[in-house]
Amino acid sequence: MASVEFRNVTKSFGLFTAVADVSFDIGDGEFVCLLGPSGCGKTTSLRMIAGLETPTSGEILIGGREVTHLHPKDRNIAMVFQDYALYPHMNLADNIAYPLKVRGEPVDKRHGRAKEVADVLKIGHLMDRLPSQISGGQQQRTSLARALVYPAQVYLFDEPLSNLDAKLRLEARGFLNHLQRDMGMTAVYVTHDQAEAMALATRIAVMDQGRIVQYASPIEIYRRPATTFVANFVGNPPMNLIEAEGTNRDGRLALKADGLTIADLPITDVIGKALSNSPKLTLGVRPEHLSIADTETGNRLTAPLFANENMGPESLVTVDRQGSRVTARIFTDDHLSLGETVTLGFSTEHIHLFDSMGNRIPAVGE
Amino acid sequence: MTTDPAPAPQRKKRNFALLSSRAGAAFLTPAGILVSVFVIFPFFWVIFVSFTNRTLIGRTALNPEFVGFANYLALFDPATFFQRGQFGFSLILTTQFVLASALIGQALLGLLLAWLIQTVPPTIKRITETFVIAAWILPEVVIGFAWFAFLDRDQGTLNMLLESVGLPPGDFLLDQPFWVIVVFNTWRGAAFSMMLFNSAFSSIPPSYFQAADVAGASSWQKFRDIGLPLIRGHIVTDLILITMWTFNTFTPFLLTNGGPSYRTELVSIYNYRVAFQDFQFGKGAAVGVIMMLINLAFALVYLSLGRKKAPKS
Repeated sequence: MASVEFRNVTKSFGLFTAVADVSFDIGDGEFVCLLGPSGCGKTTSLRMIAGLETPTSGEILIGGREVTHLHPKDRNIAMVFQDYALYPHMNLADNIAYPLKVRGEPVDKRHGRAKEVADVLKIGHLMDRLPSQISGGQQQRTSLARALVYPAQVYLFDEPLSNLDAKLRLEARGFLNHLQRDMGMTAVYVTHDQAEAMALATRIAVMDQGRIVQYASPIEIYRRPATTFVANFVGNPPMNLIEAEGTNRDGRLALKADGLTIADLPITDVIGKALSNSPKLTLGVRPEHLSIADTETGNRLTAPLFANENMGPESLVTVDRQGSRVTARIFTDDHLSLGETVTLGFSTEHIHLFDSMGNRIPAVGE
Repeated sequence: MTTDPAPAPQRKKRNFALLSSRAGAAFLTPAGILVSVFVIFPFFWVIFVSFTNRTLIGRTALNPEFVGFANYLALFDPATFFQRGQFGFSLILTTQFVLASALIGQALLGLLLAWLIQTVPPTIKRITETFVIAAWILPEVVIGFAWFAFLDRDQGTLNMLLESVGLPPGDFLLDQPFWVIVVFNTWRGAAFSMMLFNSAFSSIPPSYFQAADVAGASSWQKFRDIGLPLIRGHIVTDLILITMWTFNTFTPFLLTNGGPSYRTELVSIYNYRVAFQDFQFGKGAAVGVIMMLINLAFALVYLSLGRKKAPKS
């Protein structure tokens, strides 16, 4: 196991900059998720760790050793590909044992080791099958087994669960989580699924347009998103963002937006500074922090009901504010009918404020 | 990996026509006549002639006699079969020629080139492809003359190059005629194999090779374990096609005239000499029929392999 470090890494394809001057480090034994929408540079970053892409500039270190221009085979890494990359002409035993074959292990030894790993992953009984003769979940575990069959410094995952159906994905996610904590392996995991990142990572690097927007633990990213981009990307459903015009009313913040009332938010120095730059603020509230308000006091948002979706334990109540919608996760069975005016309340401690550039304005005590 | 595709709906029988049957027949007639006159009739005519002693001049030119299998027996006469300038000699020569220039030369060189250009920058790949294909698309006569000029003893480019680096010149067309046509045919046809293998390699998902890279495989291991097994079907197709083409090729005639002293007389050239230089039409037709049967065997092998190759995901 080893650490990974990016030092001012840039990768351009012609005029397009996929990764722009990125620096971060991954500690020994950490599970880091690179999270972001398609085209944000997360897969390119992963492939640069693997050596499948060469940075245009900057340095990459694995275990303190500079590997920027090293061939993948000299980096001692293991990787699980999105399409699994199983060899269709080899049975599972040969597929899993292939990294040992290229290392010159004798056939009985490498098949023995492959069987051990396969047994752990519960595919040990399929060793004679071809990849085309097993299910998608089993293929995924086969490609995982091939990565685990030899000791590597860093394990790389390129959206390994994205081709699985929802139920299998949850199962595989739990297994991966257990495996990584159990083995203490250093893992870098690329995904566009925030739930996967939250569940697996010890730290998440949220990427957008080739840059890392926030690099922090999942709970930090959830509780204190650095920008509106992060706020809108993490959470299911994501954080509600309401654009508003802020004014100073006797030392209290007043936000002007349709149906919105902020009861009591003292203007701190940072808020005052943001207001003096531009009165345009964005208010963020997570759906799970909204509830149906029965009094006309406190922080609240009033708008007609747009949809009410029952999810079993909770309902997703969406109200429509002239095109911009706000969703609440409500854990009671209130009967609401379409078009009815709903008042959603939220407490002050759950308010997130972002300035006109979309950057977080720290709350008191942050 | 995902759900099975729904069974393709049975193709409906066409219940409309662009033309009436009569108009369609009218359009087909000219092509039909041409095919009949120039393909179907000669096909049977050759088989018929091969059983006669027809010649260009002399008594049998006007009144050929039916001789049964005499032409075939003469070709396979054990007393002369292996003699230079006889059918057996040229059949063996052709076999050697196919082995050396098609199976080893073209296929191996094509495979090597195709593998090498997988990893080079796109510019070098395009330049290589252009040169190799140029050798393939140039007209035969031009190529033949170019090679003749290249190999000529007194004025040839090759001897000039050899002398300029201090090596002794040689009379290659006279001393090594067989190897000259082998090299020539390899050079001429490697493009086809290269193109075929190149597209076969390109159809392999890049992640297969990347996974091998990460696992620590060398270039040779990737070739042996992944590249080669995954294009096996293409290799079989390629070998059969170039075997047929090389077996029938006539172009070496432009270089060596089948000589010196029959040393490069492939069956196609032998056939030509018997029929159109010795004017023994009956015997020539018999050679043609035998070549046709050999080609038929190749074609049947090819078709049966093609049918067996079940398309996999």
